[in-house]
Amino acid sequence: VRRATLDNGLKILVQEIHTAPLVSVWCWYGVGSRDEAPGLTGVSHWVEHMNFKGTINIPREQMKGIVERFGGMWNGYTWIDQTTYLETAGSAALDQMLFIEAERMSNALYETAECESERTVIISELQGGENDPDQLLDIEVTASAFRAHPYRHPTIGWIDDLRSMTRDDLYGHYRRFYIPNNATLVVVGDVDADEVFRSAARHFGSIPAGPNPVRLRVMEPPQVGERRVLIEREGTTGYLKMVFHAPAATEPDFFPMLVLDAVMTGAKGVNLWSSFSGAPPQRKARLYTRLVEGGLASMVSGVLLPTRDPFLYSLSFTALEGVALSSLEAAALEAVERLRDSGVDPAEMTRAKRQLRARLVFENDSVTNIAHQLGYFETVVGPDFFPSFQQNIDAVTPEQVWDVARRRLGSGTRTTGWFKPLSDGVHAAQPAALIGSTEAVG
Amino acid sequence: MMPSLVRGLAPVRNTLDSGAVVIVQETSATPAVAINATFRAGSLHEPDHLTGVSYLTGRVIDRGTDRRSADVIAEELDERGVSLRIGSTRHTMTLSCTCLAEDFREVLAIVVDVARRPTFPEQELSKRRAEAITALRQDDDNPAVRAAEMLSEMLYGPSHPYGRRAKGTIASLERIDRDAIAGFHGRYIRPSALSLVIVGDVEAPQVFEDAAAELHGWRPSDVLPSVVPPPPIGPVRRIVTIPMPGKSQSDIAYGFTAISRLDPRYYSYWMMNNILGQFGLGGRLADNIRERQGMAYYAYSSFDATFAESPLVIRAGVDPNNVERALASIDAEVLQLGADGPTPTEVEETRQFLVGSIPRMLETNYSIAAFLQTCEQFRLGLDYDKRLPSLLKGVTLDDIRTAAAEVLHPERAAVSIAGPETLVEAAS
Repeated sequence: VRRATLDNGLKILVQEIHTAPLVSVWCWYGVGSRDEAPGLTGVSHWVEHMNFKGTINIPREQMKGIVERFGGMWNGYTWIDQTTYLETAGSAALDQMLFIEAERMSNALYETAECESERTVIISELQGGENDPDQLLDIEVTASAFRAHPYRHPTIGWIDDLRSMTRDDLYGHYRRFYIPNNATLVVVGDVDADEVFRSAARHFGSIPAGPNPVRLRVMEPPQVGERRVLIEREGTTGYLKMVFHAPAATEPDFFPMLVLDAVMTGAKGVNLWSSFSGAPPQRKARLYTRLVEGGLASMVSGVLLPTRDPFLYSLSFTALEGVALSSLEAAALEAVERLRDSGVDPAEMTRAKRQLRARLVFENDSVTNIAHQLGYFETVVGPDFFPSFQQNIDAVTPEQVWDVARRRLGSGTRTTGWFKPLSDGVHAAQPAALIGSTEAVG
Repeated sequence: MMPSLVRGLAPVRNTLDSGAVVIVQETSATPAVAINATFRAGSLHEPDHLTGVSYLTGRVIDRGTDRRSADVIAEELDERGVSLRIGSTRHTMTLSCTCLAEDFREVLAIVVDVARRPTFPEQELSKRRAEAITALRQDDDNPAVRAAEMLSEMLYGPSHPYGRRAKGTIASLERIDRDAIAGFHGRYIRPSALSLVIVGDVEAPQVFEDAAAELHGWRPSDVLPSVVPPPPIGPVRRIVTIPMPGKSQSDIAYGFTAISRLDPRYYSYWMMNNILGQFGLGGRLADNIRERQGMAYYAYSSFDATFAESPLVIRAGVDPNNVERALASIDAEVLQLGADGPTPTEVEETRQFLVGSIPRMLETNYSIAAFLQTCEQFRLGLDYDKRLPSLLKGVTLDDIRTAAAEVLHPERAAVSIAGPETLVEAAS
């Protein structure tokens, strides 16, 4: 990987990979929902949406089509620490992709009518998420696990903030954080690195640096006892979630926790863009054998991601039809307590590390995924972290895993959530008024 | 030196004595290998009283073989970081995974063993049945799934293989016993119905040798043709609502039956669908419903054609108060594209996009394997990635206009709406 920094502070990372005629461009910003004050929750995500809606030199209707003409895909996402935009396309599209990202950094329009139109799109996105009981439970449990830190609110925001935020709130946030000295440009694929640096300097070099963004400085106070959430709603299926305060990526506990998660639920890898789309290798994982093979749950999963501040280690369970959530919770706790009492055995350690090694290979299987990982770690954790990732996993000892289990998985740091279905929630389909009508529409 | 894909794919194909087809594509991007074993055996082949037998067979097939217990399979896959996915569709069952190149031979042996010699232990069947019933119940609570399943039933009828739930029903799952599953497996999961695609950091001659050794002695049988009855004739517009109290958003599924993947008009339909509901964020539909009206986070169409007259489906998720407006907007876009056809600019942009996206479709070993399976299933040829641009370039504006005129008629649409309210008064 070759690196450069422009005079305005924009970091550029380039990796040449010539196995396919493709290039992936990602532009990362150090801004996420952690940077949102009360009343403005969801502003980072909404800003991300607005940055697809036209710039001074790219009218909104032409945003679509530039990358597509090269067969490309584009997208973006916002999470707690970061916002990012990507295009993957034929390598001939490189210059256009850099042009789009430079425009997005400095020239987005934020027309009032477009802001209003996007407000309802985002509320629709929020409502779609609420249709999923597991997602609803996740939002409530996360909000309960944090008292002070802005990690407590969902990235999409609270509904009242989405209704009341103004165009100026959005534009102010955009101007504060979308500056070259808060951004990293990542280019991976069938390119010439020198040419990328020259082209990036041409597109981004004249964008002025801004004052370094002032960050909210909030430390989460230690949790002093278990917190519980109960959602009772129409539904068909029970869901259980248990979350624990996790170490930040740079804390010494992070890698032992990653191995711990592999032992408990199977190794996923750490690529937020690609690692979580299917079930991990988990048939021998402790919570799987205890709960799924034990006939209590149809699914168990664990999530631990590298984050800037301490976030959450999250365990999720879907109750098997007819199984009480109390039985599921008791069995899950028993498995957690057994780990805290006795630690892990050598065979489990070997398996967990082998799984993590394989998953790190699998999640670097494309220019898009490689570029994601370069930008993610540069933005969220800082340079030099990712190259030593495998080495850090290899160095984890069984004693360290046992130690983090004892200190971090106790009841005092736990938040437990239940989604308890109220009734079976299944209703018959109904024909609408005009069933069978042959009347033409229009 | 391993080959790059700069000039496209160069797969090698062999047919073994057992009738199994093995296709290998060498790649060098990562020290990993994707395995995709697809059998031409899906829910299409299920008897009416045993719907879901294909799905349940997939859930239990990897839980014990003549040579390996469920526990041994779990151990051997887990210690290599391998997650074996088993997917069941109307027409196929696919066992797929990615492994490290150094583990390839052992993992291939497990995959073939699982497909070839499953024992379907009663205890495993009982657990997997309970999971399948829970999955059905989760679907019951999901407006997007319920709208889609209802649309399929409306388009094809409740007993048509494309119209019924692929996972079966709680009653049918409870009826399916070990004999039913073993019977389904014995009849359909045969080497003569298998295409095994291997993509990754391997050498093709060695893979052929390994595959032949693993498949040796597996008795071939006649491949049973996939026969799909035609959908009901003369559809008229019909709307069904599914009330789901407690939900926040309504999910609309709106569609028609169209053509099969084997139909020569397929490329015209593909481009037409891209213009209607794919290009950019979701074609004309997203331009209207999301971009201009701010009504929905998603509005798009899909056309995943298989062996028979396949559905063209439009989806949108909207606030319950906006259902009528969204439906009217879908009707307007369908009517306009059906009546006027696309613009020359749309045709060229869509063509450039689809031709240009071929290398991106082949970005990972996993996606190359899926692409090669599609080539094999539909007899598209090993050079399909190279021929595809000219097939797309051969489609004219008039071809797309004709395709749109054939299928896009709001007065023939089936519409299902699942969500919190029943506000639909029908947009006609």
